[in-house]
Amino acid sequence: MASSRFIITVIGSDRVGIVARITTVMANFNVNIVDISQTIMQGIFTMIMLAEAPQETFDLAAFQEAMGAEGKSLGVEVKVQHEDAFRFMHRI
Amino acid sequence: MLINPNEILETIQMVRMKHLDIRTVTMGISLRDCSHPDIEVFNENIYEKITGRAKELVRTTNEIQSLYGIPIINKRISVTPIAVAAESCRSPDFVSVAKTMDEAAKDAQVDFIGGFSALVHKGATGGDLKLINSIPEALAGTEKVCSSVNVATTRTGINMDAVGLMGGIIKKTADLTADRDGIGCAKLVIFANAPEDNPFMAGAFHGIGEPECVINVGVSGPGVVNAAISELENPNLTEISETIKKTAFKITRMGEMVGREVSRRLGVEFGILDLSLAPTPAIGDSVAAILEAMGLERCGAHGTTAALALLNDAVKKGGAMASSSVGGLSGAFIPVSEDAGMIEAVRVGALSLEKLEAMTSVCSVGLDMIAVPGDTPASTLSAIIADEMAIGVINRKTTAVRIIPAPGKGVGDSVEFGGLLGNAPIMPVSAFSSEVFVKRGGRIPAPIQSLTN
Repeated sequence: MASSRFIITVIGSDRVGIVARITTVMANFNVNIVDISQTIMQGIFTMIMLAEAPQETFDLAAFQEAMGAEGKSLGVEVKVQHEDAFRFMHRI
Repeated sequence: MLINPNEILETIQMVRMKHLDIRTVTMGISLRDCSHPDIEVFNENIYEKITGRAKELVRTTNEIQSLYGIPIINKRISVTPIAVAAESCRSPDFVSVAKTMDEAAKDAQVDFIGGFSALVHKGATGGDLKLINSIPEALAGTEKVCSSVNVATTRTGINMDAVGLMGGIIKKTADLTADRDGIGCAKLVIFANAPEDNPFMAGAFHGIGEPECVINVGVSGPGVVNAAISELENPNLTEISETIKKTAFKITRMGEMVGREVSRRLGVEFGILDLSLAPTPAIGDSVAAILEAMGLERCGAHGTTAALALLNDAVKKGGAMASSSVGGLSGAFIPVSEDAGMIEAVRVGALSLEKLEAMTSVCSVGLDMIAVPGDTPASTLSAIIADEMAIGVINRKTTAVRIIPAPGKGVGDSVEFGGLLGNAPIMPVSAFSSEVFVKRGGRIPAPIQSLTN
């Protein structure tokens, strides 16, 4: 694991304020957005972010819990996974 | 975007909908430095060694699980075959060793511990016999301990004295766990050509050519392969093979990443990655379903052996491209009780013991998790083992038998083990006797294929 970059995926039904509320949680944890894409696929809201966490003092478990809780109150599924999970599977 | 959104969603779908998982992270621990003539001292030594080495295993594995968002279902330990490690103990049996292993596994919070094992493919030592005779009581008195006995290799042939002995050991193990449908037998595997680094249970042990401590990873994903085939539009078999290969590649890469990170964090050598399509009772997570997705009405119909051969080979090719550390069993498992599609195929009469035996000549293991009538004679169980060993020895591959003669049950009944072990309908065995053949004993010599030097 060379970096502390994470892929954050938000999947669920579209509504006002998803991006605002999710990114607020990220800001609270000092997590920076490197890249972001958002589409409606088959009627389902799908947001994918590549985010960078501060190297030191970053509590991944607490961040995942906070993001999961915010997602739940919005009725969407939020996942925070290390970027290697995707790089390793699809790239050589 | 720096990473392709379609690739990200594909990975997420594999985990969410198609049961992709890391089946096990298994830590192999050598017990060769634990020997002592006093079995109580030996037990203390192995307890300290196992719990010391595996102290951080579960915590670290759980951290990796949340870091990557990939479920890691089991954490396990395998140890040096106890028949080797405990050989010098002056004690009439090794049951207390199994109990110590069980306690150590509970203390380390792992799901299973394997290695209550003996390697007797050419002959048995005093320690080997003590171990084999301790198996029924050991498995009845423990929860997490798994046992295996290697009775044949391509290099040495088949030790028919050991094969004859194991029929009776299986019966006794079933009887001692009769209150739970003979579940003890679900934790006992008889091998030909057993791999020394297999992370899957019940056959895992830490071979004598292995390092002090090692991390082996078992990856699974029949559901992912099944979905990939189902998404193809009217494919021919070449296209199916290509799709399986690509899917196996992706699954293997995931396992490699997890294995390397666990081993880095624990400071323990990374051993092998075992890519085996291991079904679970969950609907869709089935090897039988893959064969049916290829166009068979039911698993067990004519053509099943060919379809399984295609599957097993394509899985290996994808895995070998994805990682230089592919080892263990690597292929497709066909355990009846653990696979909803296999269970259904048996129930409707599509799949018989004889067809399963043919299938084992082209897949990665053998007759696995098969329930037979409780009154099956020990000699018939031994003869079933002998057939399976012959397939392994002649084809230079691993084969195994994990068979449960369910006490008090007959054809038409079924057994229920729960969890990953699932449930199984009782399958009929031949009514004709093999007793005289089995009783002859001796050794079936190594085949001509062994003379490769």
